[in-house]
Amino acid sequence: MDNFNLDPGLWAKVRNIILFLFLVSAAATGAGFFIDQKQFFHSYLAGFMWATRILLGALFFLMAGYLAGAAWNVTFRRFSETMAATLPYGLILFIPVALGIHDLYHWSHADAVAHDAILQGKAAWLNPQFFMIRAVIYFAIWTFFGLGIYRNSTAMDKDKNIQHMHSNSRFAAPGMLLVFLATSFAAFDWLMSLDPHWFSTMYGIYIYAGGGLASMCTLALISLGFRRVGVLKNSITEEHYHDLGKWMFAITVFWTYVSFSQYMLYWYANIPEETIWFKHRFVGSWLSVSKFMVFGHFVFPLFFLITRKTKRNLTTLAFMAVWLLAMDYLDIHWNVMPTLHPTGFAPHWMDFTAPVAMVSFYAFFFWNRLQQHAIVPVGDVRLYQALAHHNI
Amino acid sequence: MALLDVQGLKTVLDPNAPKQLWGVVAEFENEEALLKAGRAMHHEHGYTKLDAMTPFPVHGIEAALGIPRSILGYIVICIGLTGTITAILLQWWTGAVDYPLVIAGKPLFAFEFAMPIMFELSVLFSAFACVFGMLALNGLPNLYHPTMHFSKFGRATDDGFLLVVEKNDPKFSAVDTQQLLMNLGASSAEIVED
Repeated sequence: MDNFNLDPGLWAKVRNIILFLFLVSAAATGAGFFIDQKQFFHSYLAGFMWATRILLGALFFLMAGYLAGAAWNVTFRRFSETMAATLPYGLILFIPVALGIHDLYHWSHADAVAHDAILQGKAAWLNPQFFMIRAVIYFAIWTFFGLGIYRNSTAMDKDKNIQHMHSNSRFAAPGMLLVFLATSFAAFDWLMSLDPHWFSTMYGIYIYAGGGLASMCTLALISLGFRRVGVLKNSITEEHYHDLGKWMFAITVFWTYVSFSQYMLYWYANIPEETIWFKHRFVGSWLSVSKFMVFGHFVFPLFFLITRKTKRNLTTLAFMAVWLLAMDYLDIHWNVMPTLHPTGFAPHWMDFTAPVAMVSFYAFFFWNRLQQHAIVPVGDVRLYQALAHHNI
Repeated sequence: MALLDVQGLKTVLDPNAPKQLWGVVAEFENEEALLKAGRAMHHEHGYTKLDAMTPFPVHGIEAALGIPRSILGYIVICIGLTGTITAILLQWWTGAVDYPLVIAGKPLFAFEFAMPIMFELSVLFSAFACVFGMLALNGLPNLYHPTMHFSKFGRATDDGFLLVVEKNDPKFSAVDTQQLLMNLGASSAEIVED
């Protein structure tokens, strides 16, 4: 049997690493603000979306697990719960996006709207005041469900009362709907409105699908990191990694399905106001990035993860998790950057420091919370079922 | 692996047909006893021609009896990719070669519009390969099997856990195998004739 509590020495060591990473990357990104303001805000937005989506993906699959009465995920469910409970701090990270609204969003300029009939039509939704109010609403919804589920689950550690689990299952049903809608609209607000003339009803699910994928990869990497130092070695076994691998495979296909559906419908209809967004992404070296994504984000992971062996081998699974996280970041980069660099793919050093800063910011609070309770939901009745989990 | 084993059926229906030894079937009370006995038979006593019949899937029975993983997955991907290629060729040949017709200014063939059919045919071919491949690998449908002669055969669909040892196992020896199964905790073990 494993020790279900975090060793304080290990905790302090990792906290120092996270803190160091955050200070260095945040300082570098912050310095970037004085070098190239527009680039700073775009890199920041990409990093912010990428990191926040990981937590949102974790929250969604956490609720799906509760709703379905899943047992396989219980041994690493506390990681998902802690990730979901880290979401409120995202509101702090959102502040620079709100401050950079005029550098990021064309629709935020009153003079631009005055000469643009389309933007005037959208002004009821796309105006700075409502934009801020909506962001607060999104974070309120995410916080309500993220923290609520986390609180119930940690309370169950102590009193072993199954009512907490039932309460979480009840939370999960409206929660999946509301969190999904909030994330969808957040994707419309924060990413799609970078090109305010363009619209796609599939955009929300397309952005969220990548977040689900990134959350599965992150859960696998957190578990593997613990395994490396000998924590939860017998609790999160090959069987659980196999299931995480299945999810990585499934969401890769789902992401492709959604993003291709969006593309194909616009390709078929061939209406300029709809195809313009893809046209921007087929200019110069952006075309190479678009083509590379088809292979890097779909064909390669598909054939890599299709066999049982690569999902059960922890080295290949870790490689794929890192690969898919990188691909997911490239996906976000490909969504954000063509507004700033319309002529071609031009990665800036801030595109590397900003995501590290965001992830280490969330990781700091994640790590703080993780040490306050057992790192496995010890009060859950399904824990023993999860420990004995076995794939046929 | 014939659809209908005529010779086998004749043998069953003809009471005067000559019988020959086929194997030994043993019944166990629960899945733990079956797993334990199966593990002992394969890993300690070296039997290889083993099979189990249970009312529900028993976790770990393949490893206990030394049954290798099915090759079904490889069959499915080969036939599934055949479906993908079929969809490409079908759409390319009908649209761009046999009857080229420009519709709405679209290319005669493009992966953009070919993709849904490629996906659908891959899924369709895979599903057929999966179902019919599974049936073929299991030798189904099969109306007759020698283990049906076991007196408690029907309990395999209710509450009995059967362990089967075939005659062509190199370690097989009718009486010894039967005795060994009884020693391993079987509630009954019978020599089965075909």
